[in-house]
Amino acid sequence: MKSRGIVGLVAAAVPAAAWPGIACAGSFLEPAGPIAAGQISHFGVISTLMLIVIVPMFVALPIVLLRYRRGGKGTYRPDWEFNWGLEALIWGVPVALAFALGTALWKHTLQHDPYRPLGPEPLLVEVVALDWKFLFLYPEQGVATLDLLALPENRPVTLKLTSGTVMQSFIIPSLAGQIYAMAGMQTQLNVLADKTGDLIGRNTQYNGLGFATQSFKTSVMSQEAFAAWVQTTKAQTAALDAAGYQTLLKPSVVSEPVLYGNFAPGLFDKVIASFSPGMAQGHAHAGMSASTSPHHEHDHMQEAGR
Amino acid sequence: MNWELIFGQITWNSFVFAGAIENPSLSEFIASGAGTVAVLGALASVILLTVKRWWVPLWRDWLTSVDHKKVGIMYIVTALVMFARAVIEGALMRAQQLSAVDNSGFLSADHFGQLFSTHGTIMIFFVAMPFITGLMNYVMPLQIGARDVSFPLLNAISLMLTIAGAILIMVSLVIGQFSTGGWTAYPPFTGIHFSPGQGVDYWIWAVSLGSIGSTLTGLNFAVTIYKKRCPGMTLFRMPLFCWTTLCTSILMIFAMAPLTAATIMLALDRYAGFHFFTNGAGGNMMNYANLFWLFGHPEVYILILPAFGVWSEVVATFSSKRIYGYTSLVYATMCIAVLSFAVWLHHFFTMGQSANVNAVFGIATMVIGVPTGVKVYDWLLTMVGGRIRFTTPMLFHINFLLTFILGGMTGVLLANPGIDFQVHNTLFLVAHFHNMIIPGVLFGMFAAVQFWFPKAFGFRLHEGLGRASFWCFAPGFLLAFFPLYWLGMMGATRRTYMWTDPAYLPWLALAMAGAVLILTGFALMVTQIVVSVRRRAELAAPLGDPWDGRALEWSIPSPPPDWNFAVLPEVSSRHPFYEAKKAGTAYRSPTAYEDIEVPRNTATAPLIGLFACAWAFGLVWHIWWLVVVSFVLMWAVVIARSFASDTEEIIPAATVKAANEAFLAAVRATPGVTRDQEMTAANRGRAVPESLEGGAGVLSSGATVGVSR
Repeated sequence: MKSRGIVGLVAAAVPAAAWPGIACAGSFLEPAGPIAAGQISHFGVISTLMLIVIVPMFVALPIVLLRYRRGGKGTYRPDWEFNWGLEALIWGVPVALAFALGTALWKHTLQHDPYRPLGPEPLLVEVVALDWKFLFLYPEQGVATLDLLALPENRPVTLKLTSGTVMQSFIIPSLAGQIYAMAGMQTQLNVLADKTGDLIGRNTQYNGLGFATQSFKTSVMSQEAFAAWVQTTKAQTAALDAAGYQTLLKPSVVSEPVLYGNFAPGLFDKVIASFSPGMAQGHAHAGMSASTSPHHEHDHMQEAGR
Repeated sequence: MNWELIFGQITWNSFVFAGAIENPSLSEFIASGAGTVAVLGALASVILLTVKRWWVPLWRDWLTSVDHKKVGIMYIVTALVMFARAVIEGALMRAQQLSAVDNSGFLSADHFGQLFSTHGTIMIFFVAMPFITGLMNYVMPLQIGARDVSFPLLNAISLMLTIAGAILIMVSLVIGQFSTGGWTAYPPFTGIHFSPGQGVDYWIWAVSLGSIGSTLTGLNFAVTIYKKRCPGMTLFRMPLFCWTTLCTSILMIFAMAPLTAATIMLALDRYAGFHFFTNGAGGNMMNYANLFWLFGHPEVYILILPAFGVWSEVVATFSSKRIYGYTSLVYATMCIAVLSFAVWLHHFFTMGQSANVNAVFGIATMVIGVPTGVKVYDWLLTMVGGRIRFTTPMLFHINFLLTFILGGMTGVLLANPGIDFQVHNTLFLVAHFHNMIIPGVLFGMFAAVQFWFPKAFGFRLHEGLGRASFWCFAPGFLLAFFPLYWLGMMGATRRTYMWTDPAYLPWLALAMAGAVLILTGFALMVTQIVVSVRRRAELAAPLGDPWDGRALEWSIPSPPPDWNFAVLPEVSSRHPFYEAKKAGTAYRSPTAYEDIEVPRNTATAPLIGLFACAWAFGLVWHIWWLVVVSFVLMWAVVIARSFASDTEEIIPAATVKAANEAFLAAVRATPGVTRDQEMTAANRGRAVPESLEGGAGVLSSGATVGVSR
């Protein structure tokens, strides 16, 4: 892309111009993955394009006020009310701009669709939003955690989300944007972390007294470290069964992350199904399945087959 | 004795003061303090009315009035009273967030939750809505040359339903708790399972009363504009404020219904065990989100369009010039009104629908930016070729152009699903909508008050204090909300009562300084009104045209008589009064006067409002006898009214003639003032048009023409 240079420049300028030297591990100003990086650079592109309508106002208004103030030098023309050239300009520029902005929006939205896997063989993590904590299930590894999301570096991750309580909004700002987690339904978020380190994730949708403190640690580690972490976690004696999940449903704030060596298989699907006992499949989907793009079809088939 | 049969769920502990006694803490004391202020305020009003013997005039001249002008003023007074409460709540939240970096601050989480819910609910439904409705009520009939709206009684009922809702929210300060579900009240959090108690019920019934009132207002105003324009007033000769009123009314008709449906369905969930929006049994909160924003997005334009109308009037008048691109502005307004129904989904890009759906709604949102951008530049071009006076309304307008366009930029950013994923539910979003609503709607209404106050009361507002309040409001807004953009980008979520990130602190401190400035601005505005009332003799402008106005409302006395126009005007241009002044044909005596029929005052509307308020209160507290009794009484009033046949009174032509000729004689006897003397005591409301200034001959000939008829 030929505009890459400008985009990068603007993307770098946006955070730098506002306040130098603030570390924001909980923000997309310091992206730790391609999605958040794409979001901040898109922010820069749109802001730059918008200057086309903003700068003229900031330049012209003071001039007009100075010139046409009462007692100013401007000629008084009380009955002047129209000019075809100006009319074409004030309609034409915004229309052209909306076209450019719309094109950028369309491309970015499809390219950074949260449902689009970011590579082959993604790590699957199931997320259950609870009051006021998050439960993470690793079905392939057979381990589970509370308020700790451990991720391997440079491996695509597919997060499947649901809620065991009210609607919540799940975000790890440095990795990707948010998506709602809703009871009886499943949403999806694909992320990829390309730096190791600790990031902040949280719920952004108010859900009661513990809302302000509902954040969790996201630990991005090297792939070897992640494998080792899985092994240590497996060795934990604590296990999460159906009864254990019931106690988690009670509203509480978790001060230290909890690790579970294993959990009842199929727990995630049971959580979803628990809200629609009448429906055997229990797989309502938050998204409208009208999409025709290949990755969506793939995604939906996968879910239907599970 | 079964007390529950009488008092429903109210117990001694429901009163806010019980909290302070049982659990003494600063948070509880503030809650009790607010309750005390509400009670004392009500008590002080009662005492004042009694001591001054104002009960009878209040009832006879105001509450029972169906005059659109009085209804309009009562709407605006309601808005200002509610604004006083909600702006203090806003400042309280700022103080809490500033004090709660790495500790829990002075408010409890629950109290903070109630504060952001009441602040939002009040500001939208009981400040912005009554403010714009009151203004449209007052100004629109005068601008189209009508004697009243099409359905004056319905208009009064709309007002009383809105006031009933406002009273209900004020009562929640004293008895019980309010919802913590925010102004949007998303289920399932607001369902009975997760929010037991009366808080959400207060929200449901207050909002329902307000939304029904607004639906009726929309119907009333749209019909008024279609049917009551004076002879010659074609649609394309209407002042732009009337166009924006028309678009807003149409939006009200279509947009309030989904809200009413959503609140009623939520009520059924909570009261009757339905499952529209619950987690289980087939309920789905996504339906609520769609219904709510199907109202919520057009609502934004319901609020901003009348303000756009105000800006159009203000910029043309204080530039002494025609509006640039009238037709363009009309079409832009219509485009906005239509498109506003096609973008609601951008409020929940994050709900998991496909990227294609998000992209379509994102682009639709950007397309709305086009007509809005056109309008902004139309106003700029209106100033070109003018003679701009920097009066208080004009200062607000200049501030609006600069800040609104920045809010437009962040709006376009938010229209991008990819960016919205990051800043949705953060202070960035909070900053964005305050950036649109404060400089756009709220300051638009403040400018309108400065502009039309002399029309409504016959004297101008003190200009110096008006400018002083502007110089607090405008920088106050910038300080209070621009740091929030940056905080939001740093990841600060909305509705959060405490923080852990010390990097937020300087920005929260700036925002707090802004909140203090806004409060100062409001105090100065109140002072301005008080001082102006005291000096009303010196500021008097009874002759009706203090600003060298252009539309019909400036051609009649200030305050206007009950019947508005002695003889219905006939217009042949877009600027009828301005053209008449220029041609020297203004202030001519009509050839003949006729009897005028005006609606009689009636107790119908205040009684319906009273019983509606009691009904809603009964529902909140499950006081079933009160629900039944007040519901029956409410409809009894409606039925009784339908039998009343003597609902109009005749004002004899002689009375109209005497009043009007006295006014015209006073105008002719008073020399016109130039714009140099606009803010002096010489300005009694007779203007020399700016375009005629310097020609004293023309002025006197205008006076002679007036007398000669």
